[in-house]
Amino acid sequence: MAHAATHDHHDDHHGAPKNFFVRWCMSTNHKDIGTLYLVFSLLMFFIGGSFAMVIRAELFKPGMQLVQPYFFNEMTTMHALVMIFGAVMPAFVGLGNWMIPLMIGAPDMALPRMNNLSFWILPFAFALLLSTLFLPGGGPAGGWTMYPPLSLQGDSVAYVVFAVHLMGISSIMGAINIIATILNMRAPGMDLLKMPVFVWSWLITAFLLIAVMPVLAGAVTMLLTDKYFGTSFFNAAGGGDPVLFQHIFWFFGHPEVYIMILPAFGLVSEIIPTFARKPIFGYKAMVFAIASIAFLSFIVWAHHMFAVGLPLGGEIFFMYATMLIAVPTGVKVFNWVSTMWGGSMTFETPMLFAVAFVILFTIGGFSGLMLALAPADFQYHDSYFVVAHFHYVLVTGAIFAIIAATYYWLPKWTGHMYSETWGKIHFWNSVIWVNVLFFPQHFLGLAGMPRRIPDYNVAFANFNMISSIGGFLFGASQLIFLGVIVHAVWFSKKKAADRVWEGAKGLEWTVPSPAPYHTFDVPPVIHDDELAHGHVED
Amino acid sequence: MTRGAAEWSSEPYFLNNVALGVCVVIGVLVFGAMFIAMFRFRKSRGAVAEKWSHNTTLEIVWTTIPVIILIVLAYLATGGLRTFADTTGSEMTVKVTGYQWKWRYDYVDYKGKAIDKVGFMSKLDRESDETRQLNSGLDPNAVKVDGYNTYLINVDKPLVVPVGTKIRFVITAGDVIHSWWVPALGWKMDAIPGIVNAAWTNIKEPGEYRGQCAELCGQDHGFMPIVVKAVPKAEFEQWLAEQQAQATQPAPAAPAAASTAPAPATAQASDAPVSQGHQG
Repeated sequence: MAHAATHDHHDDHHGAPKNFFVRWCMSTNHKDIGTLYLVFSLLMFFIGGSFAMVIRAELFKPGMQLVQPYFFNEMTTMHALVMIFGAVMPAFVGLGNWMIPLMIGAPDMALPRMNNLSFWILPFAFALLLSTLFLPGGGPAGGWTMYPPLSLQGDSVAYVVFAVHLMGISSIMGAINIIATILNMRAPGMDLLKMPVFVWSWLITAFLLIAVMPVLAGAVTMLLTDKYFGTSFFNAAGGGDPVLFQHIFWFFGHPEVYIMILPAFGLVSEIIPTFARKPIFGYKAMVFAIASIAFLSFIVWAHHMFAVGLPLGGEIFFMYATMLIAVPTGVKVFNWVSTMWGGSMTFETPMLFAVAFVILFTIGGFSGLMLALAPADFQYHDSYFVVAHFHYVLVTGAIFAIIAATYYWLPKWTGHMYSETWGKIHFWNSVIWVNVLFFPQHFLGLAGMPRRIPDYNVAFANFNMISSIGGFLFGASQLIFLGVIVHAVWFSKKKAADRVWEGAKGLEWTVPSPAPYHTFDVPPVIHDDELAHGHVED
Repeated sequence: MTRGAAEWSSEPYFLNNVALGVCVVIGVLVFGAMFIAMFRFRKSRGAVAEKWSHNTTLEIVWTTIPVIILIVLAYLATGGLRTFADTTGSEMTVKVTGYQWKWRYDYVDYKGKAIDKVGFMSKLDRESDETRQLNSGLDPNAVKVDGYNTYLINVDKPLVVPVGTKIRFVITAGDVIHSWWVPALGWKMDAIPGIVNAAWTNIKEPGEYRGQCAELCGQDHGFMPIVVKAVPKAEFEQWLAEQQAQATQPAPAAPAAASTAPAPATAQASDAPVSQGHQG
């Protein structure tokens, strides 16, 4: 194969610039930029996580012990913004950057300089956002949803709006790059319906990003002009409508939710077949399910607004549309289980996280179905039940998939095996404590505890204390993850094979471990049996 | 979830139980199949991977069955929505206005007769407010009314309403968005400046029903509770007459209630720190 000429196990970065600044700041290499994204995402994961620790510490018992209510609101707002835009989305872009060219046989991303720019915007965006915590007036405290008029009372509106603009520009450029790469750079013979599900999921996600990030930019720009230029888009006294913002925001916001879960579906669809040693069940159904979930995401936004006083017809439409999502999502879960059925399974750390993903994401899906029922939502809405729901789909969904993918490809990236023992310790700690953290929050919501409150009646004390203990230990468990990564990158002595996992299929496993600085300079000759989906029947 | 104490509040309770039951059954089947797979098809037990990768019949079955379940759930939920949206035939109207960080209640009409000048602010009780200050040194467990802990869920002046009466609430806000939520009534409704939302309840049992603001509204969002005191009709009518008498008498004639400091109409502007008068 083409890479044989540059096959070199001893030089990790064949052809990489020696100068640190040139290599990392001026990089146009998809692998280096992917690494930058992933490192940035990990940093943000710990910053956002530390905000969550402040929240759980204040909620440890009734009464205010640690922070003022306003600062508590800054923490809930910043936790969400940092985790969504700083941790989860860049992690997926980083995985896409690293793996999509390797999976489709491309030498790099289609637009390498834009790739550099789309990453290097992010540190500035987050410096801008996080700096507000140290400025007079404090950071944003109106929730990540930024509902006016409340969000306009803060002094940090301009900072937040410009930070969101930068993140949006970064995301749009990243999405353009991914679409251009997938549609133009596939090796001959890599037909669309032979692509790995992860590549498919990113192709669809990238279209979602391009469709909705400009909508968010428009919404926050209107906030900006309402605040500083006297417009009244959302100001009732000037003829505006506060609910209009919510419609625009959630028209962005619901596809955004799927931007954070569709690539996770793709990742899990790579990992489960590998460790079951059996092709993914219903490949085409999986791709169509992702596409139909993406379509439905555009017509369900007002289910976030069942309590704003929608007309009856609106409530009914958005309820039915939302319930429909359960069908393609159910297909995906059934297909993952069927992939496992009749396989020959082993349970290395990536598989453990993928299996936990399927179970716990499904629990998040169940609570999502319950939330879709509008009359029941009149009770659940803005209660801790919602908090439990979206943390199940985002933490045990999106983040577990990202962790699984990290373990899955870490040997390919570094050329060394991570410590399987410590990986399993990390898994069991994560999966136990995350449930101690979030499961009791269902009960708190059903018992009537609203979300985003810094203090509560003593009736909610026990479950909050359990949840906080789970939170602290889940947070601490992620330090194990950091340790495993540091060990694998710099200290592990165990060399990884090219095909790291026995059941692994796909082009990324045909290149050496670690993947050389340049791969597929000449398009690979594709043998269908090397691909995970080379033999798609019917 | 609470079954609630009002005519409609059993709807979400019933739907919650049905949906939870459906989810548990599906969950047991799916997770059961998964765990069987994980134990039977282990490489360490000598399992050899099979080659098949799809089965059209199976895929049609597990697309169709969820659709049928969803249609049943949708039918049940639609009924609940329709009855909730019907605010006609109410015998009483209360206007609820959210402010940072207190509620205002105005009695608009009762049994077809307009009510004048009966309205008041309702905010967090003093004992909770002192206890909830940062490092107050006071114990939240000690905040009790009749042996029942009311920390952060008690107010200086509750909303008094009659039982067995269909009450229409018109809900709005004076500054930012709030949400009026009493779990025992079965619903919450956002209070939005410039918009008047309508909802209704018909409380069956006398009692004190407590709730909280459910939409983030600033630093004291967690400290603007709601107490609805439902009393028998005769008692309510007597209370309403007293309130009306107080409102029409000259000011010095109402010293009896001074300890709880009901907010007269003039106090409203000074009490609402960020109200810019852009209501409605």
